[in-house]
Amino acid sequence: MTLTAPAEVLLNPLRDPQDRRLPRIAGPCGMVIFGVTGDLSRKKVMPAIYDLANRGLLPPGFGLVGFARRDWADQDFTQIVHDSVKQHSRTPFREEVWQQMASGFRFVPGDFADDVAFEQLRETIQELDRERGTGGNHAFYLAIPPSFFPDVVSQLKEHGLSQPDTGSWRRVVVEKPFGHDLESARKLNAIISEVFPPESVFRIDHYLGKETVQNILALRFANQLFEPVWNSNYVDHVQITMAEDIGIGSRAGYYDGIGAARDVIQNHLVQLMALIAMEEPVSFDAHSLRVEKQKVLRSLRTPSRLDLHTSRGQYTAGWAGGQKVPGYLQEEDIPRSSTTETFAAIRLDIDTRRWAGVPFYLRTGKRLGRRVTEVAVMFKRAPHLPFDAAETEELGQNALVIRVQPDEGVTVRFGAKVPGTAMEIRDVNMDFAYGGTFVESSPEAYERLVLDVLLGDPPLFPQLEEVELSWQMLDPIIDYWADHGKPDPYESGTWGPRSAVEMLARDGRVWRRP
Amino acid sequence: MAIELTDTTASEIAAALLTERRKAGSPAMGMVLTLVVVTDEGDHYDAIKVAKSVSREHPSRILGIIRRPNRGAASLHAEVSIGGSGSSGETVIARLSGELARHSESVVLPLLLPDSPVVAWWPRKAPDDPAEDPIGALAQRRITDCAASGTTASKTLLTQAVNYSPGNTDLSWTRLTPWRALLAAALDQYPARIRSGRVEAERNNPSADLLIAWLWSRLRVDVERTFSKGPGLTSVVLSTGGGDIEICRPGGRLAHFTIPNSPNRPVALKRRETAELLAEELRRLDPDDVYADTVHALCRLAGKTAKADVPQTGKRRTSTSTRAQTAKHSQTASSR
Ligand SMILES: NC(=O)c1ccc[n+]([C@@H]2O[C@H](COP(=O)([O-])OP(=O)(O)OC[C@H]3O[C@@H](n4cnc5c(N)ncnc54)[C@H](OP(=O)(O)O)[C@@H]3O)[C@@H](O)[C@H]2O)c1
Repeated sequence: MTLTAPAEVLLNPLRDPQDRRLPRIAGPCGMVIFGVTGDLSRKKVMPAIYDLANRGLLPPGFGLVGFARRDWADQDFTQIVHDSVKQHSRTPFREEVWQQMASGFRFVPGDFADDVAFEQLRETIQELDRERGTGGNHAFYLAIPPSFFPDVVSQLKEHGLSQPDTGSWRRVVVEKPFGHDLESARKLNAIISEVFPPESVFRIDHYLGKETVQNILALRFANQLFEPVWNSNYVDHVQITMAEDIGIGSRAGYYDGIGAARDVIQNHLVQLMALIAMEEPVSFDAHSLRVEKQKVLRSLRTPSRLDLHTSRGQYTAGWAGGQKVPGYLQEEDIPRSSTTETFAAIRLDIDTRRWAGVPFYLRTGKRLGRRVTEVAVMFKRAPHLPFDAAETEELGQNALVIRVQPDEGVTVRFGAKVPGTAMEIRDVNMDFAYGGTFVESSPEAYERLVLDVLLGDPPLFPQLEEVELSWQMLDPIIDYWADHGKPDPYESGTWGPRSAVEMLARDGRVWRRP
Repeated sequence: MAIELTDTTASEIAAALLTERRKAGSPAMGMVLTLVVVTDEGDHYDAIKVAKSVSREHPSRILGIIRRPNRGAASLHAEVSIGGSGSSGETVIARLSGELARHSESVVLPLLLPDSPVVAWWPRKAPDDPAEDPIGALAQRRITDCAASGTTASKTLLTQAVNYSPGNTDLSWTRLTPWRALLAAALDQYPARIRSGRVEAERNNPSADLLIAWLWSRLRVDVERTFSKGPGLTSVVLSTGGGDIEICRPGGRLAHFTIPNSPNRPVALKRRETAELLAEELRRLDPDDVYADTVHALCRLAGKTAKADVPQTGKRRTSTSTRAQTAKHSQTASSR
């Protein structure tokens, strides 16, 4: 059912572009979550929905449908959401917000092969349109293993759920991994695009929803200070790191056979790199941003000697952060012979005028020294130093570090005189940290992304093209690794294998300790 | 930990701030604005607490100014502290006695952060013309709260409206944001021509006055004012040819949202804490042009001439002319 809108269509007189207090509230709509019992739904998606409601950004009458193979009634589902919200939401629990949301909860029990269940889903959605005024607008969130995407998507089509009535929309939300190589990514996309047009497919890379990542664009394009030095004249190289201190935990089934490069480099790190390296977009709309990101991805060059300029590792038992931890091969459900890498580092070059000769080093791993994600732009040394060598012995390279998590902010590193000495120069930090993470208005990545899905606002979602281009880059590296034995061991709690250090040493460089 | 400075000067206060910051081991300043809180002995505790909690989102130097004109000789006492309430900002509470109370800007000026914006906030009683106030004149954003003047709130609001200068806002306007957002969303969903409106609230509710003025300035229809026991705003109705759009919030928390041809839906519409209101104010520090239009409309409806009856800012279209209206304004806003 769609709303029978009055014949004359007027511009909304209550809206004014100058009125920047008014938030964008999603129009009437609902969301269907497949896999409500999973980690992703309980820890991220449902809490984000609550936080949005709490901030007044969900439409009145928002409907939330859970789908799972459980013999539950609506109330049982409500309880699950309640627990997840209480435990994981960012904003305080408010009874009236909960009441507003809870009256829109519905549960549909069933398996993905179950026609009856999907028929019931269709009826439930229609009922929501009738009783809650969701207007035929629904997003399907696939918080399930990708192997089930084909089943669910074809069921949605079969039961007429993917096809919106005129004036309404249907969207599908998928999470990484977007395939495990170029071919599987294309296959996965073929399945989805058979049912949903490209503009209705929202791929979530939650890094792009982070405030600090969006701040990269502000830093680069709102200032005069940085852009002039943002090129090969001044930049020596760039290091992009995403390090985790934890092991694989309970994700053995997912992780083994996938590994660090596919899990993190293909999506998060390549996206970060694109934002750091891209040219200024003509505007910040989805299309202009994509054009610029794609240009970067298209000009990526992988090293010609993969043995010299990539590194992979696997953590071994050791002490990490004061705890004795097992090695990867001793983790539960991991085959003793696994060659899955838990650390990956690669050098990438960008063949453009701006970046020629400036290597980008990307690294990620589990059980590393600490949990940190950052981008470090390392500058060249000054061409001439009017000081004695001894005076500048402690002077390193100037650096601009964008700290993505946990301690979000920006650090600038430069040389300054050591007080009290004749002329001794040493590196100092200038730090910027904006606001607290405990503030209601500083949204979590998933909030931002879920809201953008409901608003139909696509700039922060990678398109198929970007996904394909990054697989194209990564596939040869992964293939090479597959043919060349085992990953190099590294002790848990350290910064990765020796081969990673050597990889940079060959270029005369060292990894920052983030 | 606060440092107490008695019989002090602004430069001693500035030195104390610097010492404290260095002692805490973090001499860097991430602060983005100076927030001057003009308060009094009775209210400063709550006001500073609110300001500090907002400082988590907008790291600020907070200058609490307490004026005590009737207390003896001119003297300045101050408490200086950094951090607290999870904020990284700095807080100074300055008590200005005697003749100094009339020259408070001489204490404030040397303590402003370099370059960054200055916001003045009067949590309770505000000057009739904040932009002309010596402290207000130092600020680019001046935040008042007419609702704090109780039974004379509507009158206070009108005074503020007449004296509006770019950069002024009032928390009774901030309180309206969720209502305005919902009303705008209602018209997104049901884009009909509005024939008339009605705003129901308790007596002396300046937010209701502003809402009427806003609706009138945007829709150009009669907006009736009716009264209830509150709390605050209790309902807004916009009538269309196809039925009423209605938001009704009887208990101050949960509202009902109705648009024609659609089911009635509950929506959370809680009255917000002062800290949330202040945080919203600090998110944007340029003049609020929509508020400017709204107070102009309020003046017109009341038959008053606004002081600054000139085009607002260069970038903005000229706001609706505010020639004095002879039209009577009783409880019904008259249309053209
Ligand atoms: N967790 C994260 O933070 C995260 C981050 C990025 C991407 N992802 C991706 O998001 C997706 C979901 O992740 P997750 O961590 O939530 O996984 P999960 O905890 O394993 O949950 C998977 C969900 O799928 C359901 N499911 C599995 N097989 C099913 C079947 N045959 N029929 C019906 N339901 C079935 C499960 O329901 P049962 O309870 O009935 O088994 C469960 O609700 C995956 O694609 C994952 O790669 C997750």
